[in-house]
Amino acid sequence: MKTKSNLERVLESRIFAVTGELGPPQSADPEVIRRKAKILKGHVDACNVTDGQTAVVRMASWAACLIAKEEGLDPIVQMTCRDRNRIALQMDVLGIAALGMNNMLCLTGDHQKFGNHPTAKGVYDLDSIQLVKMVKDMRDEKKFQCGEVMAVEPHLFIGAAENPFADPFEVRAARLGKKVAAGADFIQTQIVYNVDKFAEWMKMARDKGLHERVRILAGVAPIKSVGAAKYMKTRVPGMDVPDGVVSRLQGVPKDQVSKEGIKLCIDIINRVREIDGVAGIHLMAIEWEETVPEIVQAAGLLPRPKFVT
Amino acid sequence: MLISKQKPLEEILSYLEGDKSVFVVGCKGCAEGWASGGEKQVGGMKATLQEKGKTVTGSVVIDMLCDATLTRLKLRAYRKEIAAADSILVLTDGSGVQTVAEVVDKVVHPGCNTLSSGGAHAEWKESERCLECGDCVLEFTGGLCPVARCSKLLLNGPCGGSQGGKCEVDASIPCVWQQIVDHLARLGRLDKLEMLVAPKNWSVSLMSGPPVKRYP
Repeated sequence: MKTKSNLERVLESRIFAVTGELGPPQSADPEVIRRKAKILKGHVDACNVTDGQTAVVRMASWAACLIAKEEGLDPIVQMTCRDRNRIALQMDVLGIAALGMNNMLCLTGDHQKFGNHPTAKGVYDLDSIQLVKMVKDMRDEKKFQCGEVMAVEPHLFIGAAENPFADPFEVRAARLGKKVAAGADFIQTQIVYNVDKFAEWMKMARDKGLHERVRILAGVAPIKSVGAAKYMKTRVPGMDVPDGVVSRLQGVPKDQVSKEGIKLCIDIINRVREIDGVAGIHLMAIEWEETVPEIVQAAGLLPRPKFVT
Repeated sequence: MLISKQKPLEEILSYLEGDKSVFVVGCKGCAEGWASGGEKQVGGMKATLQEKGKTVTGSVVIDMLCDATLTRLKLRAYRKEIAAADSILVLTDGSGVQTVAEVVDKVVHPGCNTLSSGGAHAEWKESERCLECGDCVLEFTGGLCPVARCSKLLLNGPCGGSQGGKCEVDASIPCVWQQIVDHLARLGRLDKLEMLVAPKNWSVSLMSGPPVKRYP
């Protein structure tokens, strides 16, 4: 074990893992996080807390993580390169480890153009792959990016994201390989609606032996409405929503759509579970956290393992 | 005028490690003016490379390397010499390196770092090619610059928002990483993208403040 991460224990025990996602509020209200954390507790092994997702100003991930941890979750701090240079990134890495966080997801970050401060200066001193390598060197070599040595290293379970649906498709598995070579312990993917394409990507990853070297969690999410499905299909960069998904939701009475969206999510979980090399799911029920217990239950993923620490 | 300075010889030689033969290109414009890639420097580089055991199949110094039409025309006369080389070493600023990458299907190596535009910009219509970052990465990116052309300045491959060859930020922006992958795929050199590119040295870039004692 590299860390005290609950997620690492689950994955090392070869139990099919479940991670959740919690979006911090656009305010200083801690109760929002407590409410969401209470819903997720016992239903996920660890929980991502987003870091200014879509470049909208929200409570800092590390701060929201601290509150989520008080509520009994094993938080995954998300850290983007959009807002921090290598100095700030390393300071935050030391800080979150000192606060008792066990996991960190390394991201480049959504471009500032998409958020509520589109005139901001993007930083992008490092990219996500360089960030993974930097955190790994801090943990395993006790070295800062400059090469200087530290006294107490941050014990963090290192994650990265990958999008099997973005272009150029032919280099997607190679890019995953780079993240693994840089030191990623686990990968969470973009939301899977096109299971066939995801399976094709997993095959490319298996052909490179990457599923043996990193734990891959397939991203999944319930869809609330036909409008949301259409929006994701046409407006969200890097999303692949097949026509069949939209028509399945359109095919049920209006008051049944959200129920059908949940069923669809469960079906996708059952399908990705069958794909060789998939070590778990990352369930992103953003602003719809109350569906998580139902989905995890229906997918036969309860109870979640408990480890004596 | 784009102000460039030759990279350290060890760095250039590391780029050429897998290559037995090389064609050298220089520029009579800015690079001649700043003594980084004019007639004299190209001649010197040829001799140095031969000393180091490389075969130099030929060389040319072009009036304005940043002009794609002119460069395409001039390089056509050296088709045989270029075909005989494993790669092309370009001694000029980032704009000129990218011109050569665009007009010739051959791996190009940047031989210089671009320090400043000296108050002006090279003639590339519609798109910025070089941000004078001072630490040229074109060696690792197929001769197309993600510092100038990727919205997130990514050095290790495309982000998750590239779709249909377009940047997620605006559909009018071509995804340079799609272009890099297409270019290297054409050359059969996608292996170049497997290397981890280390964090960049931004201290030599104009973004870190006005240039101080950086010029040759």
